[in-house]
Amino acid sequence: MVVKVYGPTYGSPKRVLVCLIEKEIEFETVDVDLFKGENNEPEFLKLQPFGAVPVIQDGDYTLYESRAIIRYYAEKYKDQGTDLWGKTIEERGLVEQWLEVEAHNFHPPIYNLVINVLFAPLTGAPSDQKVIEESDEKLEKVLDIYEERLSKTRYLAGDFFSLADLSHLPFGHYLMNQSGRGTLVRERKHVSAWWDDISNRHSWKKVLQLYKYPV
Amino acid sequence: MVVKVYGPDYATTKRVIVCLIEKEVEFETVHVDGFKKEHKQPEYLKLQPFGLFPVVQDGDYTIYESRAILRYFSEKYKNQGTDLLGKTIEERGLVEQWLEVEGHNYNPPIYNLVVNIMVPALFGEPSDPKASEEDEEKLGKVLDIYEERLSKTKYLAGDFFSLADLSHLPFTYYLMNQMKKGYMVRQRKHVSAWWDDISNRPSWKKVLQLYKHPFESLD
Repeated sequence: MVVKVYGPTYGSPKRVLVCLIEKEIEFETVDVDLFKGENNEPEFLKLQPFGAVPVIQDGDYTLYESRAIIRYYAEKYKDQGTDLWGKTIEERGLVEQWLEVEAHNFHPPIYNLVINVLFAPLTGAPSDQKVIEESDEKLEKVLDIYEERLSKTRYLAGDFFSLADLSHLPFGHYLMNQSGRGTLVRERKHVSAWWDDISNRHSWKKVLQLYKYPV
Repeated sequence: MVVKVYGPDYATTKRVIVCLIEKEVEFETVHVDGFKKEHKQPEYLKLQPFGLFPVVQDGDYTIYESRAILRYFSEKYKNQGTDLLGKTIEERGLVEQWLEVEGHNYNPPIYNLVVNIMVPALFGEPSDPKASEEDEEKLGKVLDIYEERLSKTKYLAGDFFSLADLSHLPFTYYLMNQMKKGYMVRQRKHVSAWWDDISNRPSWKKVLQLYKHPFESLD
């Protein structure tokens, strides 16, 4: 039975899709329309009680939270496809560190910008100017730290591509394209080179080719 | 060389300390005063460029982000102390799922409550009741989901204690004590039993015994 991934249109599920492609794992997708509230229907909540995407079904195993799913597959298929963990326990620790940095420092301001700048006009929800300003400010500080790091190593966890870099692709794409804030990356030489490198990977290009974004 | 853990006073650091005790890993702590902004000084920023707690030095290896540190030590000392990752890849997947839930759904509202209620109280200042209402509501919805889950399994990832449960200890301690919002847990039978179980582990009792926290005056 093939892995089922719910909600491929959206950012977080794309984190899972690009990982499955890197690990050469077959999958199929199931559409979930968040704008129609399909994620709040009882059927979906049985799979993902927080009403968020993605959730995967792998036979009778159900798993949610995109960064848990990518860790699970990177572990389960360690010996297949791209190595996404590094080679030692110490390298893996650094992958975990930068995955946490992405989740808690990079993701929140970008997510706020996506909701307030891109989605609010679509849903008619109010857009919070104060949140937008604070998010822009936070993002600049975070990217300064990334610039410093990437002036020393080719990728975030070291000189090897890992889950930590991969995790930045879906919302990094929003940053570079729809949000109109690409200059934040282009102004930073090493972040810019890193973004070009990771976003030109075959796996990411395939995700963009097969699955559109809502905006 | 013994593991060095920076900033033991703070809740995020205690997440790491309770894990090291469970894994029977020796460590020493380095005091960093957050209220004096020592974590924003160049010395500290060399170790943790985001200026956050904790950071750990294991010989010449430096690692930060508490949940990354938990995973690192649980992996490195897999064969020692309490098993915190489950026995199979599938069990580990569920540990990762609930660790992510803690990080993205549970922690943000509790963290906001600490910042909006406990920090002002420490300085005798008023807090913003509206902000706290929203966070308490969010937390309540999350706890309802936990109640449902814990009516089916003894711990979050299954019938085994794991990193996922452990990660909840430091901030829930504040909720139950200094924040005086213990009713949020006590009103939910299975969450209540789970909290009593995990907070009575010798490792957590030891953390409370050995390390103070900044809100003791609110006890």
